[in-house]
Amino acid sequence: MIVAALALAAMGLVLGLGLGFAAKRLAVGDENPLLKEIEQLMPGSQCGQCGLPGCSAAAEALVEGRASVTCCPPGGMALAKQLSDLLGVPLDAGQMGTPLLARIDDAQCTGCTRCYRACPTDAIVGATGQIHCVLQHACTGCAKCLEACPEDCVSLAPQDPSLDTWRWAKPQTV
Amino acid sequence: MFNFAHPRGGIHPAAHKERSAALPIGDLPLPPRLYLPLRQHAGAEALPLVRSGDTVLKGQLLASSPTELSAPLHAPSSGRIAEIGRIHAPHPSGLMVNGIVLECDGEERWTDLIVPEDPFEEAPEVLAERVAQAGVVGLGGAIFPAAVKLKQGAKHEIRTLLVNGSECEPYLTTDDRLMCERSEAIVDGARLIQHILRAYRIVIAIEDNKPEALAAMRVASKPYGAIEVAAVPARYPMGSAKQLIHEITGREVPAQGRSTSVGVLVHNVGTVYAIHQALRFGRPLISRVVTVAGGCVRTPRNLDVPIGAPLQALFDACGGLTREPAQLLLGGPMMGMVLPSIDVPVIKGATGALALARNEMPRREAAPCIRCARCVDACPMGLMPLDMVAHARVADFDGASDYGLRDCILCGCCSYVCPAHIPLVQYFQYALGQQDEQRQAARKSDYIKQATEARAARLAEEEAARKAAKAAKAAKARQRRKPAEHASSKGVES
Amino acid sequence: MDYLLFLVGVVLVNNMVLVYFLGLCPLMGVSSKLDASISMGGATALVMTLGTVASWLIEHYVLQPLGIGFVRILAYIVVIAGMVQFLEIVIRKSSPMLHRSLGIYLPLITSNCAVIGVPLISVREDHTLLEAGLYGFGAAMGFALIMVIFSGLRERLALATVPAAFAGVPIAFVTAGLLAMTFMGFGGLI
Repeated sequence: MIVAALALAAMGLVLGLGLGFAAKRLAVGDENPLLKEIEQLMPGSQCGQCGLPGCSAAAEALVEGRASVTCCPPGGMALAKQLSDLLGVPLDAGQMGTPLLARIDDAQCTGCTRCYRACPTDAIVGATGQIHCVLQHACTGCAKCLEACPEDCVSLAPQDPSLDTWRWAKPQTV
Repeated sequence: MFNFAHPRGGIHPAAHKERSAALPIGDLPLPPRLYLPLRQHAGAEALPLVRSGDTVLKGQLLASSPTELSAPLHAPSSGRIAEIGRIHAPHPSGLMVNGIVLECDGEERWTDLIVPEDPFEEAPEVLAERVAQAGVVGLGGAIFPAAVKLKQGAKHEIRTLLVNGSECEPYLTTDDRLMCERSEAIVDGARLIQHILRAYRIVIAIEDNKPEALAAMRVASKPYGAIEVAAVPARYPMGSAKQLIHEITGREVPAQGRSTSVGVLVHNVGTVYAIHQALRFGRPLISRVVTVAGGCVRTPRNLDVPIGAPLQALFDACGGLTREPAQLLLGGPMMGMVLPSIDVPVIKGATGALALARNEMPRREAAPCIRCARCVDACPMGLMPLDMVAHARVADFDGASDYGLRDCILCGCCSYVCPAHIPLVQYFQYALGQQDEQRQAARKSDYIKQATEARAARLAEEEAARKAAKAAKAAKARQRRKPAEHASSKGVES
Repeated sequence: MDYLLFLVGVVLVNNMVLVYFLGLCPLMGVSSKLDASISMGGATALVMTLGTVASWLIEHYVLQPLGIGFVRILAYIVVIAGMVQFLEIVIRKSSPMLHRSLGIYLPLITSNCAVIGVPLISVREDHTLLEAGLYGFGAAMGFALIMVIFSGLRERLALATVPAAFAGVPIAFVTAGLLAMTFMGFGGLI
């Protein structure tokens, strides 16, 4: 019995020492190459819609599995798909919300320029005293303009259907 | 089975062409209002040049094209612009699109047309530009601007100009009647296009179920050399460019390639006629021949219709509808667009207006696929529709692409032959739509990334500029202070 | 020739997965994508071969001389776990690419019953060192083969219209059962 315990202890000791030594000798930098890759994929607009402070924080959370691959609305389905491929996480398309876009109510806009200063993607154009306008192709729906607007004239809504965004539905069959 | 010189697959659907092909092309009584969508072509929306309330003449330019891939829009009749706003799109979605509403005054006063001299004397580029100005698009349904194709002659060597008169879709007889009645104009148009493209020969391909059109075109082309009228076997989809090229030249257009890569350019008979009108008489594309047919139409026939005429007017001119149609279609029954309502206008790409009865519709209840592979036999592109559907069904669109989804011409042969009534082509449309959406989303996220970086760079630049300005100001202030100090110290000295 | 027959016997006739029913968790868990199952098969093959050899050495130079055969399982687990860890460190240093494709599977393999089962069977059969190495390698090849076949089947299965009650894992189990029955056909080969 004692022999067995000693033998096992010795084996454990030898292996443990070997592992410790190997970990020291063969150590690689803490920099996770995956993290860098994911950071490059992120939109970089630091909009905070994922609930995390900035895109690099989101990338970190993704690598550690704290955030879902569908957490980034500006990246949309395209980004979610790339992330799920990279991280080997299954992608649940249903989790992705419909992208929202900002819209400015012409009647109430006073042209205060606050919203376009706040916009992280320069998606709002206008000048002092002129009605501002949202460029739909650059808007991420981050709602920063919503907070910045003193007149409460910015609203978020899904994009209006048009012939360019209309898609055939999946046929209903067995 | 090993006949590689001819296209594979294809189907023989019941033609239903007899009734409308028997009557000559009629004229549509001018409707009181014409509805003109600003986008009747492949590219971006045309830009309106008129205001509501303006009086316009027939043939006057109403909207100009912003890009190469768009086509301008002209007034189909004289009258007053009633409104520029939202009108019903001739589209399965039933959405509203931007358009111009023209209230006709019934006088049909033409604007001054620039009637060119002999077009054969002019440079091809000038002629191609004139076709672009006339707003001619592919009238076979592709609505691709014709001038873009004509300008290919300068870039590629075009050996054969293929005039597509095969008209393989059931019910439709517009090209058939056009070839019977206006054969000389078509031959002249084809010769003009040959001149523009510097093509070696012209082949006019007509399905062998149109003997009258074949005879008429043979007679009309007799005086000229290098025009061949070829009878091709009647089989759907013979009217598809790739299949027709394969049949006539024996060469297959490579996957995801264009017909120019095998030295051929295909134009529909209707387009050739429109080009003839534009180059000989300076007339823009403001009307087209439309087949009005289907089991619910009293007298199916072809009509010369001004663009923008409401569908209801077309059916009324053909004796009205005998009963409530089960389905309305713009175009043919195989590839046409299902319309949710009758309140839509005729557009440049509308080959037919069909009101189908219940008995003319396919069965809808689908059963599971049993892998009988009839769709594989029927596919004219040599694809495996059953595998493409299996991938599309589980939303694996990349997998479907691996099986050749991007080469699918959406002809619907597979759905037609499927014994389980699986709506294969609808699945492909769904899959292609989803892929488009993914691509659009990827493009947007790329753009957003660029915009974010640009903004960061701009902010950094502004910050640097502000700092530099501050530093300069401080330096200036220091410099101003220095002489003063100097003076004061001098003062102390003195 | 004997060794060749030996190898065929391990890979096909006495297949670890479908005849001994060892290593079923990765068979069900990591077989939905072909790429992943190839990586998993490769990683397991490496560990299984080395593990069997290392266990043989421990068995014949430590356990038997000291007469403590009853701690065999414990000792094997210690050795294999340590070895997998070591392997991970080495791979991470030498080839980050390989580490990315194998990395997440290596810790999984530590707890794989086939990896511990193969050395135990090898000891029971009184193999020589060469035989033990061959046995480990053959078993690993058999495992990888099944992983690849089964993931190919599952990729096709994902496209099939399966009745709702069978959709997902149930139909995968049915398929695995059918595959096992197929492999029974090799029974009379040797």
